[in-house]
Amino acid sequence: MNKNLGWKAIVIAVTLIVFLFGIVGLPDSWSGKGLLAALENRIHLGLDLKGGTHLILQVQVNDAVNVDSDNAAERLKADLRSHKINYAEITKPDPVKQPDRIVLKGVPPESRSDLLTIVQDRLPEYDLTSGAENTWTVSMKPQALAELKNRAVAQAIETIRNRIDQLGVSEPIIEEHGLGQYQILVQLPGVDDPARVKDIMQSTAMLEIRQSLGGPYSSEQQALQDRGGVLPPDAALMPGRSIGATQAEGGQVWYLISRASAVTGRDLRNAEPSRDENGQPSVQFNLTNEGGRRFAAFTGAHVGENLAVVLDNKVQEVAVIKEQIHDTGVINGRFTEQEAKDLSMILRSGALPAGIKYLEERTVGPSLGSDSIRAGVTAAVIGMLAVLIFMLVYYRAAGINADVALVLNLIILLGFLGFSGATLTLPGIAGVILTVGMGVDSNVLIFERIREELRNGKTPPSAVEQGFSHAWITIVDTHVTTIVSAIILFIFGTGPVRGFAVTLSFGLFANLFTAVFVSRVIFDWILSRKQVGEALSIG
Amino acid sequence: MEFFRNPNIDFLGKKWYFLAFSLVFSVAGLFSMTFWHGIPYGVDFRGGTLVYVKFAQTPDDNAIRAALDRAGLHNARLQRYGQSASNEELIDVSEQETNEQALDRSKTQIIDALESNAPAGKVDLNNASFLTVKNYLLQKDPLRLGTDADQRYGAQAQAIVDYRDKTKSGVLTSMDGLKGAADPAVVASLTDGFFLSNFAVRNVEIVGPQVGSQLRRQALLATAYSLAGMLIYLAVRFEWIYGVAAVVTVFHDTLITVGAFSLMNKEISLTVIAAILTLIGYSNNDTIVVFDRIRENLKLMRREKLSDIVNRSINQTLSRTILTAGLTFLTVLALFLFGGEVLHGFSFALVIGILIGTYSSIAIAAPILVAYQDWRANRGGRRPVMVAVGNDRGQKIKAKA
Repeated sequence: MNKNLGWKAIVIAVTLIVFLFGIVGLPDSWSGKGLLAALENRIHLGLDLKGGTHLILQVQVNDAVNVDSDNAAERLKADLRSHKINYAEITKPDPVKQPDRIVLKGVPPESRSDLLTIVQDRLPEYDLTSGAENTWTVSMKPQALAELKNRAVAQAIETIRNRIDQLGVSEPIIEEHGLGQYQILVQLPGVDDPARVKDIMQSTAMLEIRQSLGGPYSSEQQALQDRGGVLPPDAALMPGRSIGATQAEGGQVWYLISRASAVTGRDLRNAEPSRDENGQPSVQFNLTNEGGRRFAAFTGAHVGENLAVVLDNKVQEVAVIKEQIHDTGVINGRFTEQEAKDLSMILRSGALPAGIKYLEERTVGPSLGSDSIRAGVTAAVIGMLAVLIFMLVYYRAAGINADVALVLNLIILLGFLGFSGATLTLPGIAGVILTVGMGVDSNVLIFERIREELRNGKTPPSAVEQGFSHAWITIVDTHVTTIVSAIILFIFGTGPVRGFAVTLSFGLFANLFTAVFVSRVIFDWILSRKQVGEALSIG
Repeated sequence: MEFFRNPNIDFLGKKWYFLAFSLVFSVAGLFSMTFWHGIPYGVDFRGGTLVYVKFAQTPDDNAIRAALDRAGLHNARLQRYGQSASNEELIDVSEQETNEQALDRSKTQIIDALESNAPAGKVDLNNASFLTVKNYLLQKDPLRLGTDADQRYGAQAQAIVDYRDKTKSGVLTSMDGLKGAADPAVVASLTDGFFLSNFAVRNVEIVGPQVGSQLRRQALLATAYSLAGMLIYLAVRFEWIYGVAAVVTVFHDTLITVGAFSLMNKEISLTVIAAILTLIGYSNNDTIVVFDRIRENLKLMRREKLSDIVNRSINQTLSRTILTAGLTFLTVLALFLFGGEVLHGFSFALVIGILIGTYSSIAIAAPILVAYQDWRANRGGRRPVMVAVGNDRGQKIKAKA
């Protein structure tokens, strides 16, 4: 038995050392300050403790679906024309609720099989269903639709990460959030004024260079009058700023801009802030080889005419094409220096596949964070001391046993946090405190049972044996139910609440080891040193 | 030391008192939820803008309200927050705003309204971030630094911000105090670009209406799943009636805890829901300990009436129940008293919940078992009725009623 005890003691000692290492690692110095620094290094604090901004973004995935179905509709038109199939009209009746639905009217019945072939070959991600009176509905296959939406979210996360990385925020978290709602969680530690970051993230940055066919007009009506009441079918009116106005000033004017674009943001290789010939801040961009070829063809064909730089459906600039341009260009938008810097950064990071909307914003100032740490630690220390002292008074020598188990429980819990890189939040600190309260329950269960067995006349060794084996079943049941609660919290919760679920579950797992195994070893050790028949000190 | 030595209290005999007690609190809570305060949803669930502000002096509510009125925020709610010495105030704009932009605007409006005395072109140092201070220093270059300017000014800015946040709890009242923390030349240069307002924004929460309703649904689902999980686990480990009894008990605890929030008009935030889910687990612990003992005693005392067995089991575990509840209560009380304002709702829920959870495992859960037994006996019209209980090896053990 003594040999067995020796092995168990070694297991406990190793566990202690491993988890102590988990808490502080190998500190540079063993002074109080060195240990504290090592602790801060190992245990990751949540935003609510160190300050920062927490944002939840909604990716408007329907934007991406609309882009796809717009393209599909264009392709369909072209193919019907080339196959000489007649049709009355192709529309998207409800781009808001059913962005993937294209309705095709007036196709003669005899073209039925041709139409089927076209959709199957050219739009493999779409289904064709027939309706009344030669009406057909083309809509996306459910699986393709889901994939498209998920891809939009993944792309948005990638783009936002690129942008935030360039802002120099340390350790940002950018991940999908929620259960299939196309939301993104962004956590920015140390950022307590998120206005600029938010603007930068939200900018879809859809850059296009198109042909400018007319303008500026002071209003849409004026544009219509100028064109004799009818706009050309392949052009649209777009808002822009009047010459000389800065970004902040209004002064909106309208331009008539071609629908087709010569190059888009996808053709960009690089974008840098620079200055134009008047020394004003501007953005210079380089195009990829393929984009450069198209740009050269476009500018070559339109020398003397106007081109428009369009950003997010707003005209930034209209300029005369003086000569053929190959692969570089400059955007003059009467920017401030900061705006030019931000815009080139956004352009480099790529366009968002869909618009984003902010659903939630929480900012914790650093002063609140440090107050919270202070309050949380104070409460933890006081609660812990109260429990430790009570156990000593109530159970005397056995109380030491319980206290050792509790302290070890805490060390394992904090070590877990250090190893796993899980985040400690303010509710997480509360979870640590609760673990102390709930963890001691296992000891109480066992001790009360041992007392009961002793009262029933059992010898100390058999009372300990009985106490542990009876209490074990109960302890498993109670731990399982609490851990079930914690797991559900983890699934449904966010940020701080998740931190709570994590510390609570870790704490309870550790408790199974300390309250049952460690406590038992200590009892056995005490019993092995006592004479047969000597009493056990359990209050 | 021992508080209870062989207690022998007839708990089941007092079941009508217990029922009356529980009914009074449940009905009072329900009454408040339907006719009085309603369910006081926090900003997490109803959506809105909350700005927590700490002032240098005791805040003057009338002046703040006037400033907010001038900014067009007529419906803002003001509330003192935390201890009065900490000069904190909660500004709440949650009049059913319909969209996120409006909420975002409210935040800027609140801060602008409070900053109304700002000198032109200067930034408020009390609400400036580390980056703002660092960039300012880099641009101003008061120390005429060379290549390591970025690092050195970073350290200076950090020292300034740390002094403000950690030593002064976020609000500086004069720039002079900074001289101990940062280079005097750096501090002197700050006055050109910064001024000191009399407040600092400690925390901002903006929750859009969409998230609010989504979170409400998730909180309900989480609670429902949690209860279902308990029911299934207990039905498997014991008998389905034990699961039902435990879930009814926990539901009772949740109802009374939420009722207490409604009665006291305390807001229910996300962390309060976390506390309630913890209580579901905790209250179940207590119930399971009693149930485990009933199961064990059913094996030992096959000839006794179920009500006697249940009574005996409660008494045998009473010492443990009270001790554990007392110790957990101690830790939660420490949290409630010292854990700070942010955790106030959370620890309040735990304080109430632990009291109710302990009471209910004695007064509600076990009597339900006996009541079910009696009901079966009456309906069947013949005695004795068997109660089947699986033991820990999964065998069925029968006890006479």
